[in-house]
Amino acid sequence: MSDSIITANDLGNGLVVFLKADGGWSQRLADARVVGPDALPEAVAYGKAQHDARIVVEPYDIEVTVENGVPVPVRLRERIRAAGPTVAYGEAEIAERAALSKAG
Amino acid sequence: MYRYDEFDQDFVTDRVAQFRDQVARRVSGELTEDQFKPLRLMNGVYLQLHAYMLRIAVPYGTLDSRQMRKLAHVARRYDRGYGHFTTRQNLQFNWPKLSDIPDILAELASVEMHAIQTSGNCIRNVTADHFAGAAADEVADPRPYAEILRQWSSLHPEFVFLPRKFKVAVTGAERDRAAIQVHDIGLHLKKDENGRLGFAVYIGGGQGRTPMIAKKIRDFLPEEDLLSYSEAILRVYNLNGRRDNKYKARIKILVHETGADEISRQVEEEWERIRHGALKLPQGEVERIREYFAAPAGLEAAAPSSDLAAARKADPEFDAWVRQNTIPHRVAGHVSATISLKPIGGTPGDATADQMDVVADLAERYAFDEIRVSHEQNLILPHVAEDNLRAVYDGLVAAGLATANAGLVTDIIACPGLDYCALANARSIPVAQRISQRFGDIARQREIGELKIKISGCINACGHHHVGHIGILGVEKKGEEFYQISLGGSGDENSAIGDIIGRGFSTDEIVDAVETIVDTYIARRAAPDETFLAAYRRLGQAPFKEALYGTA
Repeated sequence: MSDSIITANDLGNGLVVFLKADGGWSQRLADARVVGPDALPEAVAYGKAQHDARIVVEPYDIEVTVENGVPVPVRLRERIRAAGPTVAYGEAEIAERAALSKAG
Repeated sequence: MYRYDEFDQDFVTDRVAQFRDQVARRVSGELTEDQFKPLRLMNGVYLQLHAYMLRIAVPYGTLDSRQMRKLAHVARRYDRGYGHFTTRQNLQFNWPKLSDIPDILAELASVEMHAIQTSGNCIRNVTADHFAGAAADEVADPRPYAEILRQWSSLHPEFVFLPRKFKVAVTGAERDRAAIQVHDIGLHLKKDENGRLGFAVYIGGGQGRTPMIAKKIRDFLPEEDLLSYSEAILRVYNLNGRRDNKYKARIKILVHETGADEISRQVEEEWERIRHGALKLPQGEVERIREYFAAPAGLEAAAPSSDLAAARKADPEFDAWVRQNTIPHRVAGHVSATISLKPIGGTPGDATADQMDVVADLAERYAFDEIRVSHEQNLILPHVAEDNLRAVYDGLVAAGLATANAGLVTDIIACPGLDYCALANARSIPVAQRISQRFGDIARQREIGELKIKISGCINACGHHHVGHIGILGVEKKGEEFYQISLGGSGDENSAIGDIIGRGFSTDEIVDAVETIVDTYIARRAAPDETFLAAYRRLGQAPFKEALYGTA
């Protein structure tokens, strides 16, 4: 049976957050509460209530597998959303290209 | 240069105060997301894949050093030290906190900038040729008209809730560098046989999931009728455009379903009713606004620079940059210079705060304090005296901004794609980076010549893939990223939608596929000066299909 977690965006800073076991929200995917199919409706309802309470924005559930105790989203979109852009940006991008050209 | 008038200053200041109150009520929990979303969208605030995103208007892509420094400051203080210049000549910040956005907007208002009408179903930021006011081939500067349209369309109460967004582009030259034929309204500024200024009017162009080349509905509209005719078009669209289906709501669908002749008849009918009314442009007002865009003081014809000739001879890399990244200016002894935001392996359109400051400094010291954003996601110094080119170049080299690839195969347009965008199905930026690296050798790029690759991470086509000479569309197939290639698109005065060449390619295959297409072109071109697009139009799909799939 597939596992899920609940994700949303923080209302104030917009960053991606995950529902924890204690009912709070964390920016760390590893903190996410993994729920099975039976517990999913309750978790989704809790997320919606948190949206209605103006704590988070646009919560939804995503499918995950658990690897080494850490949830890993099944869809690429959700993996990127959880981990951040797959490309370096800003000064880090410039540094990365500089390192590459030195190595090359 | 455009400047706020007292109306602009007042309404932008009022809007900042209004939005500050709305954000405070949202953060305190007083407003729901459903209530707040339309309000934030009216102020350019999206919720993207990772965070809020703020899109800032750069009217017709024109900036000065003070404004560029302000963008650098915002990037540093409120974001993550960089910004992304877009295909609509705007700038996006990817990581602002909602609670900081009112302060950001107040900072922008202090330099006559804002984020109004950068999202939502309204008339968006009007775009123009990035070489406007400078290009040697220009009939007249299109920006005064873009500005008149901006004033007319800003907070226009009748057009705040259109069926869908609405984009207007203006060019002042035969050579269309503003892609007007893929806009809702495209205006080609020209002169009639009596030397009067007016416009060829195109409507119903667009990209997205249903790409269409615009239809010309008027060959010559006198200058004074610009607003009344635009209002007539908007009225016909506002009344008859579909509101039942988001994907069929753009004016291109209305034009397509109704027929250009019938739409043209309806527009002319409405125009007859209003053309002699309040919207007729008074000549004095046109002149007044044209004054805002007068050539900078001191921009005067000069003899060809002997220093430049010597510097080019002494430094092949500088010579290559001058050859590739500058174009003739209408004033002798000057050029317009493209500052490439496409370093080999970089993210198309991104600039760091430090780079923005460098561009601002160079513009102020050497380029009459003017900067442009191009829809190809580069920056432009429109007015540079030949004597100053070496100093500009040296400044750009030091900041990593001197890539000599304007218009070449590595000058790739790419949307933010799945790395940033909530709508995307596939990543665009890593594909652009890998293609750029593959063709990184500058000698090879020059041998290939002009070739525009454009990449979108979904069917909405923000990366303009439909009009890429080589267009790449990212899709999701069974959970994997896949890339569909189209060939022969073009966004110039001979606009065309590219033809899909065949089945898509995986992430691992896509760069090889592009290289196969380029190699096929090189092998089959009639002469080194036959461009990729010309060769494709002559050869058709067959040789490319065969090279890619092994079948004719």
